[in-house]
Amino acid sequence: MAAKKEYEFPDDCRYTKTDEWVRLDEDGARIGLTDYAQSELSDVVFVELPEVGSQIQAGEPFGVVESVKAVSDLIAPLNGEVLSVHNGLEEHPEWVNEEPYERGWIVCVQIEDTDAFDSLMSSQEYRKYVEERASS
Amino acid sequence: MNTELRRTPLHAWHDEAGARLVPFAGFEMPVVYTSILEEHRHVRARAGLFDVSHMGEIRLSGPQAAALAQRVFTNRVSDLRPGMVRYGLWCDERGGVVDDTTLYCVAPDEFLFCVNAATAADDLAWLRAVHTDTGFECTVTDETEATALIAIQGPEARAFTHAALGSDSPRPRRWHFAVSKFDGAPIWLSRTGYTGEDGYEVYLPSGHAVALWKALLEAAHGGLMPIGLAARDTLRTEMAYSLYGHEIDRSINPLEADLERFVAFGTGFIGEPALLSVKRDGPARRRVGLLLDGRQVARTGTPILADAPIGIVTSGTFAPSIERSVAIGYVPAHYAAPGTRLDVEIRNRRIACEVTQTPFYSRKS
Repeated sequence: MAAKKEYEFPDDCRYTKTDEWVRLDEDGARIGLTDYAQSELSDVVFVELPEVGSQIQAGEPFGVVESVKAVSDLIAPLNGEVLSVHNGLEEHPEWVNEEPYERGWIVCVQIEDTDAFDSLMSSQEYRKYVEERASS
Repeated sequence: MNTELRRTPLHAWHDEAGARLVPFAGFEMPVVYTSILEEHRHVRARAGLFDVSHMGEIRLSGPQAAALAQRVFTNRVSDLRPGMVRYGLWCDERGGVVDDTTLYCVAPDEFLFCVNAATAADDLAWLRAVHTDTGFECTVTDETEATALIAIQGPEARAFTHAALGSDSPRPRRWHFAVSKFDGAPIWLSRTGYTGEDGYEVYLPSGHAVALWKALLEAAHGGLMPIGLAARDTLRTEMAYSLYGHEIDRSINPLEADLERFVAFGTGFIGEPALLSVKRDGPARRRVGLLLDGRQVARTGTPILADAPIGIVTSGTFAPSIERSVAIGYVPAHYAAPGTRLDVEIRNRRIACEVTQTPFYSRKS
């Protein structure tokens, strides 16, 4: 009977089953952890970032998020080359909790085409997926 | 929900408050209410309220109660006067730690052990076996079920407690306790804790726990926050206090664990001859505090390395008060000097760290 949480899943993002979000912007595909994931982890204290210029592979780990209570792999939603990493998280890992879709972004990658992006879950699909897991 | 899990008298309150409840030592306990970091910082800044009713209480009464207590307890019993509390270990014949406990002297012929929840059943069996062996004249009673335990810790903890209990409530000194009244029930105010902050641990009949909990929150006017087991763990880790099952267990003796100051040689406790020989030769391994260079967390079981693996982390966390990743672990004695540079291996990578003085946090820092 824990207090029910209202998660935020912006419509302009696409989502993975491993709880990452992706948003296309002028720089490329920006990736972060969803509101649900940050809430489950809580209290993020460290984010291990990939090297700029490295390749990330869909379904493969590209980094790690550590909270006080647990550690979790970051799984690449799609293939791409890392254009930039969010170095600000070294000093302020709490941004992942506070603003998961804005200041809490983790990496920005260049993708070859947008097909992989389109095939990810929409906001509505992901919300349903989260609710199914929460009730099971 | 597992129906076999035991519940403290405050279980319904925790559930209603939205706490995340997890199995711990056979109980369903609140691990976090809001955020571990927020709860931790609130205890250091103001005060926090902890339900630790899962802990065990065992009473010894009778003419030879002190003799039985001394037989199992590594610290000195003979100079305890009524109203005094003392920390010490229980050891087996080999000097391995059976539990770490606090001993309350109620009267010259009456004592109470507060023991860990996870070991409470074994402790009771252990004490009863020693009782049978020695034939000391006293009774041993398990009072765990009837007793609630609420800790209130932090710089404002005592002020909030006396606001709730009345300004004429007793004010025991550190490592002392006093009997008071709440709701018509007898309660113990013990000036002890597990956070490094000032405050009390309050023992009271289970049926009055919810009323006291609410009275404390009300008296504090929002200055008091309920704190889950997760922040209790980060608070004690910053102080480098031992947690049974991590820093201490039957395979570790108190000298290795840096707890020699709680061992009174010459008192005749079980395990004393074994510990005397450890003292003579010096322990082969020692407990150390480690300060990591990175913010990665070296969790329990993380290898500690010099050139090769030399030891293992028993507790590790991000320490919110000093904003550093810290760990406690065991290494061979010649690596235990503060300033020694070592590594920990996290996810197949070496992270540099340094052996440091403990506690990691002190109020003056």
